[in-house]
Amino acid sequence: MSAITAPTGRRARRWRVPIIWWLLLATFLIAWLLVSLYGRGNFVAASTLLNIVERATALGIVAVGQTFAILVGSLDLSVAYLISVTAVMASFIMQGDPSRVPLALVVVTAIGLTVGLINGLLVTKARINPLIATLGMGLILRGLLNASFQNFAGSVPESFQVLAYGSIGPIPVPLLLFAAVVAVGALVLARTRFGAHVYAVGGDRATARLSGIRSDRIVIGAHVVASLAAVITGLYLASRLRSGAPWIGPDGVYDLESIAAVVVGGTVLAGGRGGVLGTIAGVLIFAILDVMFNQLGIGSYTKQVLRGLIIIAAVAVYAYRSREVVG
Amino acid sequence: MNAGEPATHPPRPTAATGETALEMRGIVKRFGPVTAVDGVDFDCRVGEVHALVGENGAGKSTLMKILGGAYHADEGEVTLFGRRVAFSHPLDAQRAGISVIHQEFNLLPHRSVAQNIYLGREPHRFGLLDERALQSQVSALLHDLRIEHLVDPNAMVADLSVAEQQMVEIAKAMSFDARVMVMDEPTAALSTREVDVLFGLIRELKTRGVTVVYISHRFREIFSIADRVTVLKDGARVATREREGLESAELVRLMVGRDLADYYPDRARDDELGDVIVQVEGGANAALSGIDLEVRAGEVLGIAGLQGAGRTELARALFGADPFTAGEVRIHGQPVALRSPRDAVRRRMGFITEDRKSEGLSLRQPIFDNVVLAYRSLRPLLGRLGREGKNGHPSVSDLTASVDVRAAGLHQEVQFLSGGNQQKVVLAKWLATAKDLLIFDEPTRGIDVNGKAAIHRLIREAARDGMAVIMISSELLEVIGMSDRIVVMREGHIAGVLPGGSTEAEIMALATHGEAPPAPAGQGTAARGAQA
Amino acid sequence: MSDARAAPRVPAWRVALAVVGKTAPVFLVLLILIAWITYLNPRFIEPTFFLNFLRRSAPLMILAAGQLFVVVSGGFDLSQGSLVTLTVLAGALLAFGDPANTWWVILVLYGIGLLVGVFNGAVTSYLRVPSFITTLGMLLTLKGLALLITGGAPRGALPPNFRAFGRAFIEDVPLLGRLPWAVIVLVVLSALFIYLFHTTVLGKQALAIGDNQRAAALAGIHVARVRITAFVMSSLSAVTAGIMLGGFSGVSINVGDGLELEAISAVVLGGAALLGGRGNMPAALAGALTLQALFTLLNFLGLPSPIRVTVQGAIIIGAVGYAAWRAVRAGQERGA
Repeated sequence: MSAITAPTGRRARRWRVPIIWWLLLATFLIAWLLVSLYGRGNFVAASTLLNIVERATALGIVAVGQTFAILVGSLDLSVAYLISVTAVMASFIMQGDPSRVPLALVVVTAIGLTVGLINGLLVTKARINPLIATLGMGLILRGLLNASFQNFAGSVPESFQVLAYGSIGPIPVPLLLFAAVVAVGALVLARTRFGAHVYAVGGDRATARLSGIRSDRIVIGAHVVASLAAVITGLYLASRLRSGAPWIGPDGVYDLESIAAVVVGGTVLAGGRGGVLGTIAGVLIFAILDVMFNQLGIGSYTKQVLRGLIIIAAVAVYAYRSREVVG
Repeated sequence: MNAGEPATHPPRPTAATGETALEMRGIVKRFGPVTAVDGVDFDCRVGEVHALVGENGAGKSTLMKILGGAYHADEGEVTLFGRRVAFSHPLDAQRAGISVIHQEFNLLPHRSVAQNIYLGREPHRFGLLDERALQSQVSALLHDLRIEHLVDPNAMVADLSVAEQQMVEIAKAMSFDARVMVMDEPTAALSTREVDVLFGLIRELKTRGVTVVYISHRFREIFSIADRVTVLKDGARVATREREGLESAELVRLMVGRDLADYYPDRARDDELGDVIVQVEGGANAALSGIDLEVRAGEVLGIAGLQGAGRTELARALFGADPFTAGEVRIHGQPVALRSPRDAVRRRMGFITEDRKSEGLSLRQPIFDNVVLAYRSLRPLLGRLGREGKNGHPSVSDLTASVDVRAAGLHQEVQFLSGGNQQKVVLAKWLATAKDLLIFDEPTRGIDVNGKAAIHRLIREAARDGMAVIMISSELLEVIGMSDRIVVMREGHIAGVLPGGSTEAEIMALATHGEAPPAPAGQGTAARGAQA
Repeated sequence: MSDARAAPRVPAWRVALAVVGKTAPVFLVLLILIAWITYLNPRFIEPTFFLNFLRRSAPLMILAAGQLFVVVSGGFDLSQGSLVTLTVLAGALLAFGDPANTWWVILVLYGIGLLVGVFNGAVTSYLRVPSFITTLGMLLTLKGLALLITGGAPRGALPPNFRAFGRAFIEDVPLLGRLPWAVIVLVVLSALFIYLFHTTVLGKQALAIGDNQRAAALAGIHVARVRITAFVMSSLSAVTAGIMLGGFSGVSINVGDGLELEAISAVVLGGAALLGGRGNMPAALAGALTLQALFTLLNFLGLPSPIRVTVQGAIIIGAVGYAAWRAVRAGQERGA
């Protein structure tokens, strides 16, 4: 029976995107409830909300980059160590001297570009499984980093600390930074040729190729975006901690949590579907949970135990629904 | 072609209706020792619908892949509107005006119609998409083809029906200003009404001087829409005929080369049929309803129907892969619950699936391990290997010999075998464990003619050995030739059961709402004559 | 049936040769490395030193053996390392230095390993979470658990008979001198793993699942059961490795860091395909030995220890890249 319909403008959106926002709301309300009953402090106080924003900023920026990588059908497990490398190198080069900030920025950007490029090349030209390529890259970075630095290195000058502590009017800079990155990411995906091709390559690489799209370039581009996002996160964290240390990246579990946030936000691991806004919802959920644990006085070790389980559960809910064959 | 030009402005020289648009001369294509296309000449006129028929393996898709720029011909040349052309990439062919619409659409399901049509050619300024230009281009295109009321340019492709998706593919081809459009089995998943809409669009394309190469198995449609018919067999062109005056029996003879009766193994005689082995009563699930059937030992039950009618779903339900949620299944009279393939394997059933590479074989494992795959699933996890061939356990070498697998040795990895041999390995796997029921889904797809004959023999032998056999096939000739009885499915239920030797027309009538086409003179009796 | 055209029965030795031939590279590399180390330090191949080398390699070899089951079935077990850490820390805490506790503590530890393996396998099979996420999440959880129960610093101690597995020797063995218990355990377990992988149905079914899960399921294989068993093998081997490491390394909160990646590198060096369907046990064990030899060599060459991690990363990438290149070549030879 043919389903010939008259055009009705935009058809109804699939259910997946709205659900995540309900989930976010539910998470917020549950956190509020639990903290009010069992925790210390007021959950909706400005300081708490600021904490949520801070946690969300760091995770969110890297998750925006991860969204690109996953949309294209790949992923990036090297972000945690790239964040560490960026933070340490930036802090080390700056040495607390404002005049050295531009140099530091140039160097870390170059590092980020190189790492992204290499990741992309490994995945496309060498046809290495993205999991392995980026895991391996992360290890390489980790080894090089730990061989050179064991503790905080250098320091970030006050002028640069504005990134984490400043505010323009009533709005904290981190929030602006976060919003800017999200806006740029969303715009690139929705409004540029590159963004359209990212969705195409992730959706069906063969079809994309047949339409003349250079899929290898798009994948490499996505990896570069992911790495640059990690660099921005590293700079932000260095600014907040006023220095950089090798454990910043892995301690924050930025690799796994960014992937989980992306998946929870509606971007499927197979690629081709989803977007930045959903990822942000996922990021906010994790940020709220994190702050909630703190306010409930849950120890950091317990937090870690719960974190691992929550990540698994979050991905499970979404993976189960998509019914992909998994190994 | 620039992204901004509307489709009504063809920049290339065209010929008047009736003149030659496309000529392929002496095309040869070899794959290793196999010659897929052996010196084929093929030409099309402007504004005609030229049907291309032939069995699986006859060379149709290879020829069209050469035309569409996916393959390079080893010999021969292609001329388009008098100019010699050679394509190195499908995109070149598209830009030259040749578009191929495959059975599996090349569409991105989670992007909109407009985004799909102009994929890779999105109108843009400095890297930013020009949304307004895209919308106006798409509207102009759809309007030009008079299908703007059928397809919403901003709808997501995944939300469209198969027929609508096909419209999108055609629109995409026309956005390249296609002069030659190849359609590969376009009606496989369409309802009768949707087919009519499609034919309306094809006729519209004809008036614009577009040539349509129409690949299909469906005689009713060929006789309805085609102007000429070319028959390919074993990589060579057998004949080209005008549709006027052509009869379906002659077409069959041209395709197959001999009378049906000689081509297939004999059907079962009545005394060769045993007890009912499998019975289904009221079987239903999400895709099926009201399934009642029974199969006896020694019988080959054919399942026919259009794509999407539920044939594979029926097989999967019987095998426990997508189980029935209602009704009863009985084996040897005992009700059984088949909730997973494991249950089915334990019940001595076998399932040779449609797609052997993705569902039937472990490609990187040796033949040996593939043959014992099902057998091993019945053994405990920590059981010892090496029992095969002794004490009543199946012998792999005997099994592979009985199905005549041609390979360098049992340790050879299955991925290096030919399609026909791979299929035999799959069959050997099931012969190791199945005793009661064997289900074949498209058993000879993608296999050359000799391989097919071998598989047909093996199917009949399995039946003779006392198994109940169910055979699903899209090739009507195969269903008619092999089956002792024919179940025709339609839209998830059984439309009817026909005796062996029924005609193509009878089967198609049941498969498509019972709307039988007015038989061209002589078709009915001539076809029946070929059955004798 | 039709007239028999017997497919030739292949002698077992030819099959074995074909298998070894496909994985020869790792054995060759191992020999080269051992030769190189011996060149730098001629005492390396003396029984005492070489046995010590084997003793130090034992935990990694056992980890690699368990990991192989998971890798050939198409997954990854990234939780092995933190399970090792948990084993050591929980073992010390529960036993509190008292030899009488050793045996029941070991039993409890294996019980924990069993639970972890079942959890990993079940979540991956039934909840469809990719194994790298499940096990990476478990990595966090187990490490957190280890820190939680000890309060962040090692508490208690491992009893001497517990540590014997890693530390003790049998003295005055003819020809070999001091024979470490660890090597005996290694030999026994290696034989067991080889048996389980190559002589039981389990290994073949793990390969089948990794090669083509849908075909395996349609052939009646209980995919979830096989996968859970594979993860259990991996977890139990992690507990075993933990017991040995607790023996000779002592108790520390970092004892297991990064071991799972070393195990994966070892398995890949041994020729296993990372998306499943290929692998063999002797080669995986040799891969672990090769990796350990490589680290020993790097030590002799004076490279700082964090560089080990970098080298590992490069090895993983290199080995997988090589395998991908070979696969492409094979596809090209096969033709269209």
